[in-house]
Amino acid sequence: MKYAYFPGCSLMESAKEYDFSTKVVMELLDGKLRDIPDWGCCGATAVESVSRELALSLAARNLAIAEKALPGIDVLAPCSACYLNLRRVQEELPKDRELMQSVNKILSVEDLVYSGSVSVRHLLDVLENDIGYERLGAHVQRDLSNLTVAPYTGCQVLRPYRVFDDPERPQVLAKILKTMGVNVHPWGHSSRCCGASLLANHRAVGLEAVRSILEAAQGADCIVTVCPMCQMNLELYQGTLGLRIPVLYLPQLMGIAYGFSSDFMRLDENLSIPSTFLESMTPGIHAENFNNRPEGR
Amino acid sequence: MHASTETLSIREAPALAKVREMVMGCMQCGTCSASCPNAFAMDYTPRQLWRLLLLGQEQEVLGSKTIYLCSSCYTCTVRCPRGLPLTEAMHALKRLAWERLPQTRSRAAFYQAFVEHIRIYGRVQESALMARYFAKSRDPRLPLSFTAAGLRLLRKGKLHVPDASHKGMLKRVVDAAMPKEGRT
Repeated sequence: MKYAYFPGCSLMESAKEYDFSTKVVMELLDGKLRDIPDWGCCGATAVESVSRELALSLAARNLAIAEKALPGIDVLAPCSACYLNLRRVQEELPKDRELMQSVNKILSVEDLVYSGSVSVRHLLDVLENDIGYERLGAHVQRDLSNLTVAPYTGCQVLRPYRVFDDPERPQVLAKILKTMGVNVHPWGHSSRCCGASLLANHRAVGLEAVRSILEAAQGADCIVTVCPMCQMNLELYQGTLGLRIPVLYLPQLMGIAYGFSSDFMRLDENLSIPSTFLESMTPGIHAENFNNRPEGR
Repeated sequence: MHASTETLSIREAPALAKVREMVMGCMQCGTCSASCPNAFAMDYTPRQLWRLLLLGQEQEVLGSKTIYLCSSCYTCTVRCPRGLPLTEAMHALKRLAWERLPQTRSRAAFYQAFVEHIRIYGRVQESALMARYFAKSRDPRLPLSFTAAGLRLLRKGKLHVPDASHKGMLKRVVDAAMPKEGRT
């Protein structure tokens, strides 16, 4: 299985551990990631508030490059906002000829054409539907049955497009976690908004969103998420709110379940992982046990 | 009937027409307000905002804090029994407010800083983006409010000097998509 990999900006900056752990886990599961050359910002959520045409063009530019450089394979976007922006192009442009034309006119400045042939996939979608639970479970090497995890899927990977999971009561992340052998924390906050960029421009309001999620997660050993913005928001303000709980990326936890050490999965790069949590992960089977691991840091 | 309202809307708020069309089917059930995680902090709840929009109350709608408190979680959009694109309408209102109510432009500082930033760097460089946002907001308290968070990120090596390797990559697309006066 080959994918045109779209890491997005966050995974190159504050969420490097998400990029790295995604590559480790996908390689182990025989998913071949090919980099999209010269990919650029997808527009995040901010650009649509300035120009809808620009937001669509930025995302379409990346898909046009993928269609040209890596034809016939799906685009894999682990970041929820990137996934939504790219997916929006796939959903909206082919059914609106005028919009498709105006976006392609903009892309013509780079001699690019978006044709609508490429399919955009999120990591959760690929894990569930391409890899499958049987293979996901077959690699588990470490017993994590003493760990209770709150599955936090967030918003934009689920909404507004209903693609692979229920937009309000998501199941896929919890099912993958159960396959890893952990217990799933029962809660109703899996798809609740983390506040997104309100933490940057309306802090007090955003903090209420974070508080509500962190409070509901109490009792779990950690939160597992698939979005760099959710991870940052949920971790960065724990001190302010006086609520502590580690927040891991899904492939980081999968790596742990698959026997990699917490160091190798870069758990020390997350902001909120206490040493006691790390100790519970070691000693373990180390990364050296795997021959075909991706480049370390 | 309602001829006077309609005339008023057409005369005073032609720019709103397209967005108004998006929420024309609103039956005021309030599902959006009940679903919105940020409604508690808004001056008008989403339901009230759609009503004002349908009545052509341009100043109230575009001047409201509500549109900037939407965190784009799309819960209202998936729950709306009429299937209206409500989150999209919020984004459209932000664009209109920038255009029609220059006195509220400081509220859009983050979005504007974002577009300027990617036009230069091609990809988001988080530290440089925040610096640009601070400069644009012209509020000296804003960077201070990020001190604690910034220090935590710094200690974890998560703040980076801007990397110039993709500089200018998106400039042509940004310039082609946005007329000059749309940029700042």
